[in-house]
Amino acid sequence: MRQEIRLTVNDQEYELIVGVNRTLLDVLRDDLGLTGTKRGCDSGVCGSCTVLLDGKPILSCMTLACEMDGRKIQTIEGVAKGGELHPVQKAFIEYGAIQCGFCTPGMVLSALALLGQNPSPTIEEIKKGISGNLCRCTGYVKIIEAIQLLQKQGNQREF
Amino acid sequence: MSRYTTVGQRISRVDGPAKVTGEAIYSADIYLKGMLHGKILRSPYPHAKILNIDTSKARRLTGVRAVVTGADTARVKYGQLKKAKVPDKAPLALDRVRYVGDEIAAVAADSIDIAEEALELIKVDYEILPAVFDPFEAMEPGAPQIHEHAPNNISGHFLHEWGQRVDELLDACDVILEDSFRTYSQIHAYLEPNCSVATWDQNGNVTVWASTQGPYTHKQELMTTLGIPEHKLRVISPVVGGGFGGKRHIPEPSIAAALLSKMSGRPVKIEYSRKEEFAATRHRHPMNIQLKIGARKDGQFLFFDAKNVVDNGAYNDSGPSVTYYAGHSLTTNYRVKGVRYDADLVYTNTSAGGAYRGYGNLQMRFALESMVDMLAEKLNIDPPEIRLLNAVQEYEPLICKGTVTSCGLSECIREVTKSSNWHEKRKHAGKLRGVGISCYEYVVGVRWHYPHDSSSANIKINDDGSVDLFTGALDIGQGSDTTLCQIAAEVLGIGIGKIKIFTADTELTPLDLGTYASRLTFVAGNAVKIAATEARDRMAEVVAEELEANPEDIRFHSNQVYVAGAPERGFSFSEAAKLAVNKKGLIVMGRGSYDPPYRIADFETGEGQFASAYSFGAQVAEVEVDPETGVVRLLKIFSATDPGFAINPLSLEGQAHGSVSHAQGMTLFEQPFLHEGRVLTPSFLDYHIPTSMETPEVDCIFVETIDPDGPFGAKGVSEGYQVPTAPAIANAIYHATGIRIREIPVKRDEILKGLEKRKQERDSYCPS
Repeated sequence: MRQEIRLTVNDQEYELIVGVNRTLLDVLRDDLGLTGTKRGCDSGVCGSCTVLLDGKPILSCMTLACEMDGRKIQTIEGVAKGGELHPVQKAFIEYGAIQCGFCTPGMVLSALALLGQNPSPTIEEIKKGISGNLCRCTGYVKIIEAIQLLQKQGNQREF
Repeated sequence: MSRYTTVGQRISRVDGPAKVTGEAIYSADIYLKGMLHGKILRSPYPHAKILNIDTSKARRLTGVRAVVTGADTARVKYGQLKKAKVPDKAPLALDRVRYVGDEIAAVAADSIDIAEEALELIKVDYEILPAVFDPFEAMEPGAPQIHEHAPNNISGHFLHEWGQRVDELLDACDVILEDSFRTYSQIHAYLEPNCSVATWDQNGNVTVWASTQGPYTHKQELMTTLGIPEHKLRVISPVVGGGFGGKRHIPEPSIAAALLSKMSGRPVKIEYSRKEEFAATRHRHPMNIQLKIGARKDGQFLFFDAKNVVDNGAYNDSGPSVTYYAGHSLTTNYRVKGVRYDADLVYTNTSAGGAYRGYGNLQMRFALESMVDMLAEKLNIDPPEIRLLNAVQEYEPLICKGTVTSCGLSECIREVTKSSNWHEKRKHAGKLRGVGISCYEYVVGVRWHYPHDSSSANIKINDDGSVDLFTGALDIGQGSDTTLCQIAAEVLGIGIGKIKIFTADTELTPLDLGTYASRLTFVAGNAVKIAATEARDRMAEVVAEELEANPEDIRFHSNQVYVAGAPERGFSFSEAAKLAVNKKGLIVMGRGSYDPPYRIADFETGEGQFASAYSFGAQVAEVEVDPETGVVRLLKIFSATDPGFAINPLSLEGQAHGSVSHAQGMTLFEQPFLHEGRVLTPSFLDYHIPTSMETPEVDCIFVETIDPDGPFGAKGVSEGYQVPTAPAIANAIYHATGIRIREIPVKRDEILKGLEKRKQERDSYCPS
């Protein structure tokens, strides 16, 4: 069975007809060509599929596309604006927080969500804020450092 | 002040921008016109004969475009030989399945849902055979035989005696200790599942994009099993999301996708599910090690005598070399007069063990470094001291008839002893907080799979002064793209931003054997250095001619090309490139090829020099034990490593952190649980890998020994980083609690029982 939905992704509106069993992750990747959001486990544990719904992180592999009718989603492709990387993205690059890069889109969005709620998190709050994003390459140390050092720079850019 | 501008600097990853914007293309991000989705049918039984496969119903399902079985392959098996007489794995089962998850057939359909439905319509008639899951039981007479060529299920028996015979050294020992250790399996759990996309066009040209750790070797495996000539096959690795060894030899999805594409005439993508990753790919070989150490009372090691029973799983994959390296690693870290290694590599009806960062050295290191501490306690010698006494030194000949070249082992041990405040912390034993030390050596590149261990690179200087670097070497997250660009940039005297790197395409980039054994910095790095040097020298000739100078006097620095001592007599690098094109019609190029000058390993004798170099290091682990729950927390790792020369300290630190995280997981909580061959923990919910909440502090020190053969003195390090952590943690637990850990992962109830036992012992000495 299929349903018509209206979805806004990265400020772009889409009218789609989707199977009711399809997840938001399926639709983002297969239908909209936004492959930045990754499928790591397809069962809501690894966090690679994280996107932001009204600024809050959700797991797109656990979200039915139809549930998102009329909603606004931000994916990793919508973080940089006007050809300029977001300070979070710049910090990830500068502080060595990226290795294989597969967890990176989800991590960046979780970091954005965290900083949007709490612009000056402690290390423990940072650890908790990204605890839903698994990483097997970095051991998390430089990811935590990047988020910490970013806010220490007194960067006032809106998250 | 560094004498270098780019190497040795903390340079951000050149692939960072693509990854941080989601623009980096992994295999699963490839979508081709008319592409189908493939799924593999896997055996539900651990051991069975296949009597018949009926795919007719599956073929008739609407949306199914192709179904293939073993009969559609060239019926050629693959798998590591060495001790084995025959390769043992067919990509799709020919007549037998040997583990739950063994590949039988594959389907390509318009959607994943249809493909999954089609799998259920394939009817397989099995004759279920008895199965065996434990290597000791598998070796018993009467055990089910898993492969015809392997009586008693022994894939290979390894017996090596290096140096003096152990039996002749017994009398000279003042103390002989013996104990048993066991390591369980570990799952790689890279975040990117295996994925292959294949096209087989109407002229028989096959292109495969695969998340493999080595497109060249992947191509060799595909070629033989598909039965096609080499020039018809192109293998490309797009961006790879982690491997850790687990993506070294997974040809099955590529073979299945290629065959499905041939049959359907459409591109086919096969993306593994996370469940398949946990249950049906490769894992770390479990090992059962019995180790005997003989020493003098002053702490000098005389012999190591090890027995090892390795659980191979159902197929060889990397089993022989992993088993071999576990033994070989006893000869390369410490000075010792004799080593005996007696190992059996045993088939069981579980998924195949494979390459995993640490590669046998890690499992043996757990046993060895734990026993070194036990010996230190027996002889009342401080653990760092006993290691310093026996640590190999630079240019020391080894009893395996190899030689260590650059070696910072002793310095690393001293550094972590200092940085961890060892002596102060060791004063407080048994207080539930402890420190433990371990050290290691690890090969840098290894010549035991092929007659060479080479890499090649090409460099092209474009007419605008930008540089294209072509290398077969592949970045799977460890940072080789950046390291190789740094090397090229340093030689050419340009900013790293001028370089674009193209990798891992068997059609366009020259041969590299793959990303393993920490070989790329050394081998690929040297190839890139040679290529950049050739390009630089050719450009120097052009500029020298223009300036009426000697080519030897031309310098390359800070994007300038000029006469030595007279920087005003010169051009910018871009101007020099344009000069070459406009005046000479020349696009300046350089080629480099490097094969370390060592012999191939002789697996019969186990003797020879087959690593280009060795990396060394030491770690001190600080742990805290919760007496209520038995949970062990890793608080901090103090590490010191000898990378020869740290080409990118930022990257090396990242590798240290990641390695420690893997080792932390392996030591403290990662274990797949099987019941009759079926993995009961096929998800991240059941199999816990470290999250950000478990992150310890990690302190990194680099001890640079400047290797004589490495590019700018650099060696590889990343596999070695993971090796010492488990025994360092085990030794720290002993310091904290008096409990000796002999099996990893550490079990909470073992800690609780151990604490209870110690309490009872104390109470019995102090009656109230």
